[in-house]
Amino acid sequence: MLLDFHDKLRAAGIPISLTEWLMLMRGMSMGLGTLDIDRFYAFARLALIKNEALYDRFDQVFSLYWTGQTQAFDELIGSLQTPIPSEWLRTLDKDTLSEEQKAQVEAMGGWDKLMETLAKRLEEQTEEHHGGSRWIGTGGTSPFGHGGYNPEGIRIGNGAKRQGKAVKVWEQRQYRDLDGNKQLGTRNFKMALRKLRRLARDGRPDSLDLDTTIRETANKAGLLDIHMRAERQNAIKVLLLIDIGGSMDYHAQVCETLFSAARTEFKRLDTYWFHNFIYEKLWQDNARRHTQTTPTPELLRRFGRDHRLIIVGDATMSPYEIAVPGGSVEHWNEEPGALWLKRLQQAFPHCVWLNPESREWWNNTPSIRMTHELMQKRMYPLSVDGMQEAIDALKVPMSGITLNDQNS
Amino acid sequence: MSTYITTDDLQLAIDAALTLERPLLIKGEPGTGKTELAIEVARRMGAPLHSWHIKSTTRAQQGLYEYDAVSRLRDSQLGDDKVANIGNYIVKGVLWDAFESEQRAVVLIDEIDKADIEFPNDLLQELDKMSFEVYETRQSISAIKRPLVIITSNNEKELPDAFLRRCFFHYIAFPDRPTMQRIVESHYPEIKHDLLKAAMDVFFDLREVPGLKKKPSTSELLDWLKLLIADDLPAEALGATDIRTVLPRMHGALLKNEQDIHLFERVIFLHKQQNRR
Repeated sequence: MLLDFHDKLRAAGIPISLTEWLMLMRGMSMGLGTLDIDRFYAFARLALIKNEALYDRFDQVFSLYWTGQTQAFDELIGSLQTPIPSEWLRTLDKDTLSEEQKAQVEAMGGWDKLMETLAKRLEEQTEEHHGGSRWIGTGGTSPFGHGGYNPEGIRIGNGAKRQGKAVKVWEQRQYRDLDGNKQLGTRNFKMALRKLRRLARDGRPDSLDLDTTIRETANKAGLLDIHMRAERQNAIKVLLLIDIGGSMDYHAQVCETLFSAARTEFKRLDTYWFHNFIYEKLWQDNARRHTQTTPTPELLRRFGRDHRLIIVGDATMSPYEIAVPGGSVEHWNEEPGALWLKRLQQAFPHCVWLNPESREWWNNTPSIRMTHELMQKRMYPLSVDGMQEAIDALKVPMSGITLNDQNS
Repeated sequence: MSTYITTDDLQLAIDAALTLERPLLIKGEPGTGKTELAIEVARRMGAPLHSWHIKSTTRAQQGLYEYDAVSRLRDSQLGDDKVANIGNYIVKGVLWDAFESEQRAVVLIDEIDKADIEFPNDLLQELDKMSFEVYETRQSISAIKRPLVIITSNNEKELPDAFLRRCFFHYIAFPDRPTMQRIVESHYPEIKHDLLKAAMDVFFDLREVPGLKKKPSTSELLDWLKLLIADDLPAEALGATDIRTVLPRMHGALLKNEQDIHLFERVIFLHKQQNRR
């Protein structure tokens, strides 16, 4: 019965599981949300949608599906064989058009032809809903732009008149702002970063070590001997170097997500920024990047070999910036970036490069190819999957790094 | 009389959670009364409320029970007879208390997103079956009456899908003007009409100012009105004609950080400059 509605929701990219669908069914069989369509809307949203970011999409599908179906709904959902469009189009009466418009309709090949186009357009729109394209009518885009119709003239899908009530909640689309269509939530990143965890007891002993206490107490013939130990904590140390500015601006969002995920996941995280490629200095504060910099050699000295090095950058630049002394776009670098990268690799053999550019492009950009080679193929796309691969790679140290091309 | 205003949607959400015995997850802007909801529901049902406020260090186990090994060790030193029974050292948690209640209880799990990322997953089984095992005593505890579980989240962390699938989800939208008016009137029935109108104008205008770090919410409005009423200010004193000309009286109750006040002052400044030209 309602399965069609279910399919439509799923087609619009709303994840609905069987559990949730059954919950809706069970609720309705117990009389929840069956009073009228408003209640049904509220209950369906309650049971099916688990993220306010999806409310808007749900509203769209709901209104697309149910507009003009109120009678059908009143017959209690049983007789829903005809999906929307035909019913929908019936609300569109020829009488609502002016003579002039009718003439235009004729010019477009007659009423039926027009309806056909409309029906087709509607179908396309359902499919493209993830893109956030607005559906005809309330969104303000007329499907017949070149036909010259005023969208007010043929308002589709607004059941206001028919039900003698103000615009429905799902037609107001008040949750539009919440639909960020963000796929890369911090959660996904955090889950990936978790794999990097290495739990170790470190720091202040503040929890009771029961086993040792019992053993020692028994050894002392029952005289209580309390032993404490430190709480298990994530002992992994991470050094994060992020490219900023220039071509990286396009990837600012995803980098931010990674950064915030990393910051909550690791207690020992040090972040430094660079521009395009790594040279003799980096900085920690972007506002004061020109006055407060950290020399890269200091980085090499200060952090131990057990640090995991993650470099984030699109590696998209002129190859000179990597290979040639003085190649940097910002300043005169005495030594080429490639050499600095190698030094870093030597100091922190557990290293990877994450690239926000998608993998297909890597081969087309010489500088990415070069960096990929320099990293001994330890470059991964900055996506959840790429992250998984990167984490696996981080477990194995890099080998065979030589600095012998220093003079080349 | 109750001072909590529920919308139809929210009412339905509670009905559904009660009928189908599923946890209800509530999200919404801060200050929209997520926590208040549980308190109010418990009050209306006349049911006992068990609150569990989550912190970053909270573990799922603590909601069920904790085994107090230290006390037992100490008692063993003193030769106390209690020691023989491990049950004496099991400390009941919030969920256990609620499960034992003869009457249907309301459990509030407040700010679940504060906890570790795995926390919700650790509670899946317990919330689904409403029962759990006590490992130390081989006891099995199951709910006499399945409690109504209300969970609030501030969206600091995303919750796992498996957990979400088992819940009903309701997002408390920011109240529109009429609803807000009802809320205010239920709190301050004796408020002067023109003062309320002026204050609401200022409040909703203020929320429109772009770039505010923390938009003032219901609780801030209520606090602010309380101050205004206490001072018995006339409506004109708010300068409500145009929010962009003057910082509203007692703005400290509405704007809670320096940057916002700065920003707001800048907006006013720019506006004045524009007017002079």
